[in-house]
This record gives sequence, structure tokens and C-alpha cells, in this order.
Amino acid sequence: MSHLNHGRIPSAYTAYTRLKTGVIIALMLFCAALFVAALSLGAVHVPLREVPRALLGLETTGAWAIIIRDIRLPHALAAILAGAGLAAAGAAMQSILRNPLGSPFTLGLSQAAAFGAAFAVMGFGAGVMQSTPTAAVTVVRSGFTALTAFGACMAASLIIIGIGRLRGATPEVLVLSGVALGSLFSAGTMFLQYFADDVQLAVMVFWTFGDVGRAGWREVGYMAVVVGLGVAFFSINRWNYNAIDAGDQTARGLGVRVERVRLVGMMVAAMLTAVIVAFLGVIGFVGLVCPHIVRRIIGDDHRFLLPATCLTGSALLLAADTVARLVLAPHVLPVAVLTAFLGAPAFLYLLIRRSAGS
Amino acid sequence: MMLAVRDICADYRNGQLVLENIGFSLDRGRTLAVLGPNGAGKTTLLRCINGLMKLRHGIVRVEDIDVLNLHPKAIAHRLGYVAQRNEAGRIKVFDAVLLGRKPHMVWSLSKADLSKVSGALDLLGLRSLALRYLDELSGGELQTVCIARALVQEPSVLLLDEPTSSLDLKNRLDTLALVRRIVREHHMATVITLHDINLGLRFADHLLFLKDGRVFAQVEPNALKAETVAAVYGVAVDVIRHNGQKVVIPKVESDLLNPKQGVP
Repeated sequence: MSHLNHGRIPSAYTAYTRLKTGVIIALMLFCAALFVAALSLGAVHVPLREVPRALLGLETTGAWAIIIRDIRLPHALAAILAGAGLAAAGAAMQSILRNPLGSPFTLGLSQAAAFGAAFAVMGFGAGVMQSTPTAAVTVVRSGFTALTAFGACMAASLIIIGIGRLRGATPEVLVLSGVALGSLFSAGTMFLQYFADDVQLAVMVFWTFGDVGRAGWREVGYMAVVVGLGVAFFSINRWNYNAIDAGDQTARGLGVRVERVRLVGMMVAAMLTAVIVAFLGVIGFVGLVCPHIVRRIIGDDHRFLLPATCLTGSALLLAADTVARLVLAPHVLPVAVLTAFLGAPAFLYLLIRRSAGS
Repeated sequence: MMLAVRDICADYRNGQLVLENIGFSLDRGRTLAVLGPNGAGKTTLLRCINGLMKLRHGIVRVEDIDVLNLHPKAIAHRLGYVAQRNEAGRIKVFDAVLLGRKPHMVWSLSKADLSKVSGALDLLGLRSLALRYLDELSGGELQTVCIARALVQEPSVLLLDEPTSSLDLKNRLDTLALVRRIVREHHMATVITLHDINLGLRFADHLLFLKDGRVFAQVEPNALKAETVAAVYGVAVDVIRHNGQKVVIPKVESDLLNPKQGVP
């Protein structure tokens, strides 16, 4: 079929891909701006020009350097990593499960991870009440907690995959199973809470308020590795996800090993969710909504969808965290409350605009 | 010989045979229509040829290479498959066709990939739709996009699963005429499953009738007899010649009440 070789690429298509690349660059700049704002704003206002000085370790007022380097920087990095990780996991799950409702939260993975974490707190004393400047409750042995969260998360995702492989498992069945699993693990967490002592209970309840402020440098380090590897893995598979979007049979016809892509993709999504939930608690909404916001703007092509979704997730969580630290300053609201407050109106607007437009 | 299928047997998980000893061969530039009632195994046969379904035994050769032992990607270099149902997502026509280059991609796209997609769009008259979203297309346009996607795989053999089932009369004729033209001009071969025998008579070089997972008959369009159609579908028909073209017409209703008529 050598006759296909001399096709002239439509200039409109070149312009179209440039436009999508432009959207991604704009999102990067937006994230960078939010990052600087997140470092500057809070109970103590640090002037913008002092932010880079503090970061670079140049001479600045002592308290500012500590606030920025030890408190706000890990905070902001955790928001960027968790936002990107949850959003990427959501985008990948929506494709590999062929379900627009796919996300760590709707399929019960977040609740499972929270149960795993509560189990670690209850059974192995992995949480203690502490009064630190960043959080009232911290997790000791966070690596171990992450591991139990991961185990529970994997169990939930394997059940979802198993149900998905049954004959006649429609997208509706998958989401309903996710809801059922979510309830099951929530009930399990409640069961543990019922028998918990005061400190354990406080740790568990605090857990369910997702909060990026819980992360120290070590947690940020773990998350950076896992989110980095996970997002890289999803990016390598971008064409596989595009193929699965075209239908399972079509994907197989194109040489994609659909079952394997699905299984490994779910495992990576579960791992991302588990680590983020184990360190920060349950943060819903980001994984479900960020991919859809991006789909409505630049379409379903994973070459562009994945990077744009990660950036949108990071931006949403950074903005939510900054607002959470400002509205009731010096008190800090859990970020999970704010992600929905900020994300839901934006999402509803996009939904309505498209229906009205078509 | 472009495509040779020998002795294909396939079963579902419960061990029930769905295909039994299917065999045929096809030359370059030729079109084979697979016909038969619902559940006869037409779709299964296409999936078996493409390695999408495990066989109990059987051999599929494309240009004398045994394809079923190849890596899925290598199969996709030789066989292009258009499924019966195709999802129309929020993706541009150009990108949907670009997906057909997937089996050839190593890490990322090359300029040649984009160039081949453009070539395929020109060939199928899709250039003006290149930047439309798939979910804005008509059924006929979507079907053509799927054929374009299979073409940019640069396969030797095209497998089309009921490409006309959701199309109106004009789109049926246009789509099949297009496929036949491309297959002839570019020395490929194609296997098409069809419900409409008359489309098979008009566009195919060979007709393969499946019944209960077996080959009931394999004939050239000109040699088709009413008895064959009646036995395969259980419907009494007349096969007449109209403007030099054979046509199958079901008998009028009063005759149908007595199905024995016309059935040997």
C-alpha cells in the first residue's frame, strides 16, 4: 500500500495539534502560578518576591524561610503530586473499564485504601495523636500503612476486574459493584472505629478528611516516585487506551492485548490511589471530574488527555488547598471539602454548556 | 494464494463447537462474502482468522505465512479487521484513522504515519471530515472511517464484519463498491460477512454459506441456486436474473405459509 505514502497532511490538523499543545503549556503556566501563590498565601502572608529567595535559601526573614521551606513547600508538592496521580488514575480507569464513571472514588478503591489504613492504625498502632504545626494527627510507620492500604485497594480492584470479565458485565454493573464495594469497605472502617479507643478513633476519623497538609518530606518523596512511575506507565500506554476506547474488538484487531493492558492498568491505578490515600486520606472528586473537564475541552485522545488531566488535577488540588488555608485562617479546612466546592461548579458549567451548544 | 484457511475448529468455553472444519482460499484482488443465518458463526469465523479467538485447531496462512503463531502486532500488520460495532468517542476523524498505525508504532509517531493517514483520507474521500469529531458523523461516514483505519494498517487482507448492517441503501452500495475497488486496485483480499445475499451477489467474487458452524456451500455468484438459499435460511426463494445480475427474492407470503415449496 505504498500509494498511501504521499498524502498531504491537512494544515488544519497541524494547527489543531498545536492548539492542544498550547492548552497544555497554558495549564503548566497556570500550575506554576498557583504553586507560587500557594507558597505565598496563608495565615502568614509572605510577599511574592521573598518566595524565590526563601526557596533558594537566600537571606530572608527567618520565619518566612521556615514557613515556606518546611511547611508550605511539602504541602504544595503533595497537592501537585496527589492531584496529578488521582486525576491520571481516573482518566486511565475511565478508558480501561470503558466507563465514564471510572475513578478511584466511584469504584470503591479510595474507600478500600482508607479501610486498609484504618486497619493498620487499629491492628498495628500505626497512628498517634500529636500536636505538630502541620497536623493534629500523624501517621507513624507510614510505609507500613501505605502497604496495608495498597493491599485493600488491590483486593477491591481485583474484584472489579473480575466482575468486569464476567459475561454480560455492562458498564452499569461495574459502577454498581464499585458503589457496593465502597459501602462494604466504609462499613468495615466503621466497624473498626466502633472498637477503637479515643486516639485510634481520632486518627481514623481524621483520615477520612483528605488533607495534603499531612505529608512531610518523606511522604512527598514516596509519592513522587509512585506518581512519577504511574504517570509514565499511563503515558507509555496512551495508544493502547486510545485503541480500547475504539472498542475491545477493534483494539485486539490492532494487536493490543486488551486483558493484559486492563489488568496492569488497574493495578497501577490502584497503587497510585493506595499511596495517595494512605498518606493524605480520601480525596474524592479529583479523579472523576478532572478527566471529564479536560475531555470536554480537548477531547479523548490520551496523547493530550493524560498530561492535561494531570495538570488540571494538580491545579485543582493546589487551588483547593490554598483556599482551604485562607477561608478560615488560621484554621485549615480539609482540602477534600474544597475540591468539590471548586470543581463541581466548573464541571456543571461544562456539562450544561455542551448540552446547550449541541 | 493471498489467504488460505484450513480446517478451522473453534469452541466456546463450554466445549460446544461453534465452527467445524472451515476451509477456503482467496486470491489477490478477490472478495469473499460469508453468508448465513444469525448464529451460524460468521463473526466467530472472522475473529478466528484474525487470531482474536483461540482455535481448537486449524491453520490460517497469509501469503504463505502461518499467522496464528505470530505476535498480535505482527498479525495486525497482515490482517486489518473492522468490527461490527464501533465506538464513536470524542476524537477527531484524523486521530481515529491514525490509531490504525498503532501496530507499526515503536515509540511515537513518525511523519510517514501522518502522511499515510492523509493518503487514506484522500483515498476514501474523507479529507473534508478530517477535523470532525467521530460522534458527529453519520453511520456511513463512521463506517468509512473504520475502513480507513484498517487500511492504514497496510494489511494484505481486510476482514469486515457486517460493514453494511447500519447503513442505508446508498451507503451500502457505496461502501461495498469502494471496498471492492480498493481491494482490486491494491491487490489485497477481503472477507466480508453479510446478511444481504443480494449485496454478496453483486460485490463478491465468491460466496461462502455457513450453517450451524459448517460450510454448507461455497459457490460463485453466477452459480447460486434457490435450493441452497432455501436450505441455509429455511426460506423459500426465487433466484432470478435481472439486467445480467443474479438476484434472490423471497417467495410471496402465500407461498411462505407452505415452506416445503422450493426446499429440496
